[in-house]
Amino acid sequence: MQEKPKITVARSRRPDSSIKGFAFSHLDLPDSKNGLGSFRSSAWEEFTHQPFPSSSMEAWRRTDLRFFPSAEFGLPKENATHDLSPVPDELLKPLIGDRHAGQITLLPGSSHIELDQEVRRKGVIFTDLVTAEREHGDLLKSLIGTIVRPGDGKFAALASAMANSGIFLYVPKGLNLEWPLHSLMWGPGGNLAYFSHIVIFVADGASITYIHESASPDESQPSMHAGIVSIHVGQEARFRFVELQSWGRHIWNFSHERAQVNRGGNLDWIFGAVGSKLTKNFSDLDLVGEGALGRMSGFYFTDGNQHLDHDTQQNHLAPNTTSDLLFKGALKGKSRSVWQGMIYVAPGAQKTDGYQANRNLVLDDQARADSIPGLEILADDVRCTHGATVGKLEQEPLFYLKSRGIPQREAEKLVVEGFFDPIMQRIPLDGVRERFQKAIHVKLSDE
Amino acid sequence: MSHLEIKNLHVSIEEKEILKGLSLTVKQGEIHAIMGPNGTGKSTLAYTLMGHPNYKVTGGEIRFKDIDILELEPDERSRLGLFLAFQYPVAIPGVTVANFLRSALNSRRRVENPADKGIPIPEFRKMLKERMDMLKMDHNFAGRYLNDGFSGGEKKRAEILQLATLRPEIAILDETDSGLDIDALRIVSEGVNALAGPQLGVLVITHYQRLLNYIKPHFVHVMMDGRIVESGGPDLALHLEEHGYDWIREKIDEAV
Repeated sequence: MQEKPKITVARSRRPDSSIKGFAFSHLDLPDSKNGLGSFRSSAWEEFTHQPFPSSSMEAWRRTDLRFFPSAEFGLPKENATHDLSPVPDELLKPLIGDRHAGQITLLPGSSHIELDQEVRRKGVIFTDLVTAEREHGDLLKSLIGTIVRPGDGKFAALASAMANSGIFLYVPKGLNLEWPLHSLMWGPGGNLAYFSHIVIFVADGASITYIHESASPDESQPSMHAGIVSIHVGQEARFRFVELQSWGRHIWNFSHERAQVNRGGNLDWIFGAVGSKLTKNFSDLDLVGEGALGRMSGFYFTDGNQHLDHDTQQNHLAPNTTSDLLFKGALKGKSRSVWQGMIYVAPGAQKTDGYQANRNLVLDDQARADSIPGLEILADDVRCTHGATVGKLEQEPLFYLKSRGIPQREAEKLVVEGFFDPIMQRIPLDGVRERFQKAIHVKLSDE
Repeated sequence: MSHLEIKNLHVSIEEKEILKGLSLTVKQGEIHAIMGPNGTGKSTLAYTLMGHPNYKVTGGEIRFKDIDILELEPDERSRLGLFLAFQYPVAIPGVTVANFLRSALNSRRRVENPADKGIPIPEFRKMLKERMDMLKMDHNFAGRYLNDGFSGGEKKRAEILQLATLRPEIAILDETDSGLDIDALRIVSEGVNALAGPQLGVLVITHYQRLLNYIKPHFVHVMMDGRIVESGGPDLALHLEEHGYDWIREKIDEAV
């Protein structure tokens, strides 16, 4: 084996955690001729006042940003996409059935939008943020910043201010859309800062499935992404939302996401995360109306030096609400995952049923999974259960499988697939399941 | 014809010697029974034959089909035609019986032909149903997670189902009767008997004679303190049932 070159790093200064300089300023805020200007400038104001995350804050205790190279990121220029890696065709394939009702590709400095004419005629808005601001400015202005607010965090404020890329999805009352919508944010290139803002409004009684993926190739220089996802699920509406995170290994990724589910509404929220260098993701489920139901299913698989931190909140803010969270992750190499979850039951939110479970499978000795469940219950007639486990690949199941002729690698794959099966069972979408299975396969084959 | 030949086998677990010079030959088509009191190393023998990493062979040899298998991984031994029905089958949550068996069959096919696409699903389903019928197993068994939440009887039947599917040349049954009621014992034994024949050699490891009422051995061996101390025909088992193991102990002591 080749000896590793010895690298000596002289650290003259320790990066200061309280002040982080970015290479852009309020002068770089997107042009907002038609609406979002004041929202953006007040978000920028908020950004300047928010403290930079440090490990002394509970939410950031396990995700260290001291070496976040904030000054190295510039904004992608208009049409920058022509000089960067193109989108692989595979990412544009439908993941459910064989067609989309619409598809948007968000590229650096541009975008590509397709929406079925029939669907458009029915009143569905599915477009990028720039177009939404131009064509539906008043509607967008009334919705943006109301669910995820700039004050939710440093990166929420930054993304609110800076995001010019994003999606606006509006599904009118009672509309049941059979085919799914699909969007892809493609963020190639190094030394770039990407911002996105996704605003989803599923009106009362409507029903739809939407898949959004963030992806990029691996690059040698670091880049960052800060994003917002805000979701309104109306009364008796049904929304299935699949988020896939397959950023390259160079991306520092931050997101603030919140869904508000109204009376009798139903949200099926699925997360798949295999990419990025570092991710800190806040996902909050607010059950605001009686009988609202939210299910959160998370799949993650880390390797190398990846660090994925998922922070979830299940907020029962009305009686008779149900939440059901299951996050499962496997870890290889020196990677690390954090899942930190909280079920909160507000005073008066009686007959609430909350469940949360996080299961981790640590495949290598140097990988580490932190699993921190939490309950805060301020009502007395509720049912809340939680569980968290961190386990290793055990010898006995592998010996058993091998004794049947299955080679070591194949046996490991079976056990890992078996571990993820409860998540797969929650995803009635073949294409999404196949993507997860493929991710398992790729991660296990990589040395 | 395949032979399993064990010569002067010494095996230790965590520095403690358990098998102390065990020799035995099992040929395809023969049924052997190893009996003996608890703690004499019967299960150690079973695990060692299959290549469990915790069992360290410190002397002697194991040859199967004239190949020294001590250097082979458990999966290689299995593909060569060796099978172990576990006393305590391991649960594999999330992996169905069908998926598992298909993987096991396909692993065999791929060794013969790396480009093999795997057993066609309809062919596999048909085969699996036939085998399940033979063992009077409900077809929905195939869709359950392997050994996960199985009753004692279901686990043992699942072992025999694997035996029936993988078609080994030598099968070791480690305490297959433990935890079975009479009905389950009969079904499991009938399964083994249906598979036994010129193509299959069986090594039955058991603490009790009762299994041998159902699976008739050609040879019976008594194991004590890590060795085979007495070998004979089927009547040896009956004799043990009647007189226990003390007379053998005395015989050994006299010899010493």
